[in-house]
Amino acid sequence: MQLAKNIIDLHVGIGEYKISRSPGRLVTLGLGSCVGVSLWDPRNRVGGLLHVMLPNSKDFIKINKQEKYADLGIPLLIQEMIKQGTSKNMLQAKLIGGAQMFTGVNQKKIFNIGERNVEMSRKILKEMSIRIIAEDVGGNKGRTMYLDLVTGEVLVKTLGKNIKVI
Amino acid sequence: MFVSNKLTELQIDALREISNIGLGHAVTSLAEMLEGKIGMDVPHANFISMEEVIEILGGYEELVSCVSLELDGDIQGSVFYIFNKSSTYKLVDTLMGFESEITNGLDDMAISTINEIGNILTGSFISAISDFTNLKIIPSPPIFAFDMLAAIFTSLIIVSGQPEGENILTIKTEMYRDDRIIKGFFFLMPDPESYEKLFFALGVGD
Repeated sequence: MQLAKNIIDLHVGIGEYKISRSPGRLVTLGLGSCVGVSLWDPRNRVGGLLHVMLPNSKDFIKINKQEKYADLGIPLLIQEMIKQGTSKNMLQAKLIGGAQMFTGVNQKKIFNIGERNVEMSRKILKEMSIRIIAEDVGGNKGRTMYLDLVTGEVLVKTLGKNIKVI
Repeated sequence: MFVSNKLTELQIDALREISNIGLGHAVTSLAEMLEGKIGMDVPHANFISMEEVIEILGGYEELVSCVSLELDGDIQGSVFYIFNKSSTYKLVDTLMGFESEITNGLDDMAISTINEIGNILTGSFISAISDFTNLKIIPSPPIFAFDMLAAIFTSLIIVSGQPEGENILTIKTEMYRDDRIIKGFFFLMPDPESYEKLFFALGVGD
């Protein structure tokens, strides 16, 4: 899997999701404390990618976009993928991101959002009986992720490091 | 709840004005520290979306440095500044007294220098606003990141308590010394309730 120019990349924005069929890739850029949740159905070669910003919608009074929150966004993505003809028990999940981008002494609240995003994503996927088959989470580097809709492989790019395939 | 597109012209002008005052003080502090003249263009303050900010600063994966301080006291929220890669390196060259284009990466020394500068710039920015409004604003020690722009920026927006896509008060500034131009972006993000206090103190409350 390479960063080839002729592959069609569909970009998933911050706090959004997209679903697509093979061939091509779903991409989300610059995950920090956000978590990229990819779901892939190997039989139908259909994939979905969600860019989660926050763990819990219940922390907020007004919700405009369900996709931003792990607790609402993941069920929404699964539901939409089922509409596209995949079956829930085929889906394989991968989690990317949830980093702690900042260093410093002020540890008030910024320091555990990434971790909470990862934990909530795991919890929701477990509740919905979806298997997580690979993860690249935590640490202190931003990540870009590509979900290859042909192979189900996820390519993870960080600045100044080699590309990782999981 | 605070909604940026419901602000009056007067309120936006007031925010621009305190941003100008704040940044003026910030750059003066920097010039004093460098014992030399630092020029500054008139800062441009605007409310823009997260996507626009990312575009202006060079894209999602652009390598940037960021220093962020949390605000406490009468005003809660955060203030942070971001320099793109080339401005970060120029800043380090300038501060360390190097020739142009010497810096091409950040070691611990450079990181601590940028942190210190961030602290000075944001600290004097905040104290100018504090003096002007008579509000007590206490900035926290700085936190620092040097990585992908989108990764850093979203991480800050998320903890701001305004994740529903509110526009952000963005202040673009250009500083220059000799022929080096350093472009920086300040972001002032008071919590929604703090905006009301700020407007009241500025005499443009509802």
